Amino acid sequence: MKLAVCVKRVPDSEARIKIGADGKSIDETGVKFVLNPYDEYAVEEALKLKEASGAGEVVVISVGPDTAQETLRTALAMGADRGVLLKAGALPLDPLPVAQALAAELKDGGYDLVLFGKVAIDDSSHAVGVMVAELLGLPCVSAVAHLTIADGKGSGEREIEGGGEVVEFALPAVVTADKGLNEPRYPALRGIMMAKKKPLEVKDAGLGTGGLDVVSLAYPPERKAGRIVGEGADAVPALVDALKNEAKVL
Amino acid sequence: MANVLAVLEQRGGALKKVSSETLTVARRVADGLGGEVHALVIGGSGVSGEGAGTYGADRVLVASDDALALYQADRYAAAVAAQAGAAGYEVVVVAATAMGRDLAPRIAARLGCALAADVTDVRFDGGVIVTRPVYAGKATYTLKVTGSPSVISIRPNAVAAVPDERPGATDAVPVEAAEPKAKTVEIKQPEKAALDVAEATVVVAGGRGLKAPEHFQLLEDLAAALGGAVGASRAVVDAGWRPHAEQVGQTGKVVSPSLYFAVGISGAIQHLAGIRTAKTIVAINKDADAPIFKAADYGIVGDLFEVIPKLTEEIRKVREG
Repeated sequence: MKLAVCVKRVPDSEARIKIGADGKSIDETGVKFVLNPYDEYAVEEALKLKEASGAGEVVVISVGPDTAQETLRTALAMGADRGVLLKAGALPLDPLPVAQALAAELKDGGYDLVLFGKVAIDDSSHAVGVMVAELLGLPCVSAVAHLTIADGKGSGEREIEGGGEVVEFALPAVVTADKGLNEPRYPALRGIMMAKKKPLEVKDAGLGTGGLDVVSLAYPPERKAGRIVGEGADAVPALVDALKNEAKVL
Repeated sequence: MANVLAVLEQRGGALKKVSSETLTVARRVADGLGGEVHALVIGGSGVSGEGAGTYGADRVLVASDDALALYQADRYAAAVAAQAGAAGYEVVVVAATAMGRDLAPRIAARLGCALAADVTDVRFDGGVIVTRPVYAGKATYTLKVTGSPSVISIRPNAVAAVPDERPGATDAVPVEAAEPKAKTVEIKQPEKAALDVAEATVVVAGGRGLKAPEHFQLLEDLAAALGGAVGASRAVVDAGWRPHAEQVGQTGKVVSPSLYFAVGISGAIQHLAGIRTAKTIVAINKDADAPIFKAADYGIVGDLFEVIPKLTEEIRKVREG
C-alpha cells in the first residue's frame, strides 16, 4: 500500500501561550513544539496498514516553517519512509489555502489512502483533511476511531453525538484519525538514528492568503475569582445554595 | 441582495436545538447585510423545517430523499453547494457539531471559499467579524471575513438562540440522485443512551481522584440528578477507565455548559483550556492547592467520596422541591 500522512507542527498541549508584540500571533520563544497528537494516530495507522500489506511506502507531508522538518523527522523516526515539507511562513487561519497546497502535492502521488489527524490542536479547524478529499474528489471519513481496510475497500466508524456512524468507502480515500484508533508507537533510538538518513524533500508551498484577516489575537477574558465554600460534605448545602441563588444554574 | 443560508441539523426529522443557534447567527449576519435568511434542512422523506421561522428564517428549503435519512457527507455537501450555487449566498452558516465539522469544510472546498471554523461569536461591523478560540481557548482570534462567499461554523452552546418570528414559508428543493462516494450505512447507539458532553448544559467530570473506574457510578448518579452528562479527564481516558467521547480538554472536547463539575481533577492546563467557556465551574478536590480551584467559581475542599453522595442527595431535593 502506498500511504500518505499529512502532519502539522503545533505547540505542545501543556504549553503556556504568550501573545506576541504584534498582537496578532503567538510569541514562540520557549514554546515546545510537537507533532500534532491526532496526527500520531494517523502515522501509526499508516505504518500498521503498510506492515499488514507487506509492502509499500508511508510518505509524511507537512505545510509549515523550516522547523517543521523536526516534526517530519519525528514521524520518520516512528517508521515513515520519507518526508516532504511544503515550506510556508505563517499559516493562514483559513484552511483552504493549506488544503489546496496539500491537494496539489498529493494529486499525482498514486496513494491508496491519505491520512490526517482529525484536528490540529492549535487552530482546531477540523477542516484540512476533509477539504483535501473534496479537492481531490475522493471519498472521506472524518474523525475515525475504528478503521478496517481490506480488498480495496474500507469501513470507518466516527463518533457523533450520542453514538457512532459507520461509513463504507472504496480506495483511494482520505481518512482523518480520532483518539482511540490505535496506540501510537514511541520512536525507538534506532528509529531516531535511521530517521536522520531518510529522504526529506523541501519545496515551496506557494500558499495563498485565504479569506480571513486577523484583526487581533487576545487572551480570553479572565474568569472572575471564585471562592471555596467550605470543607467536606458539610459544605454541600452552602454550595447548593450558591448554585441555586447566586449563580442561578440549578 | 446578500442573503444568508443557514444549514440546519435534524435528528429523526425534528430540528436539533443547535439549529436555533445557527439561525440566530444567520439572522444577525443577514440583518447586517440587509438580506434574508434561508434555512436548508436535509433529511429523509417527511423531514420538515418546522420551527425555523421562529428563529428568523424568512424561507425554509427542504431537501428530502429517503437516501438522505442518515448523514451522507458528499450528498449533503452537494445539496448545500447546489443551493448556494443557484442562489448565490454571501454567507453559509453551519453548526460545528459532529456533522457540521465534517460538512462545513466540504461546502467551503466546493465553493472554493474561506471557512471560519468553530467560532464562538459573530457580529457585523462593516463586514462579518468572528471570534475564534485557538489553542483550545488559551487565546482568541478576532477575524474579519474578507472572502466572498464564506462558510462559518458556530460552536454549539456558544451563542444564545434569540426568537425572531418570520414567515418561514417552506419550499421543497430538488435533490440530485447520486450514489455517495462514502456511504453511511448504520448509526450505532450505545447500550445506554448517553448525553454528549459537548451538547449537555450540565457536565459532571471526573479524574484520577475517583481512584477506580467503578467509582464513576457516583458521577453517573449526580449527572442523572442534574440531567447532565459525565465527562472525564485525559488521565482517566488514557487509563482506559472512560471512553474518549467523554474526554474534556485540548485533546478531547471543548465544552461550554452552564454548569461544570470537576471532581477529583487537578486541573492541568490542557484540561482548563477545555472548560474556559463554561458559565459556572465547581471544583471538588481533597488537595486545597490543586490548580483547578483557581479556575473554579465555587470549590469544596474534601473527600469526594463523602461530598458527591451528599451533593446528589441535595440536588435531588432541590429538583423535586
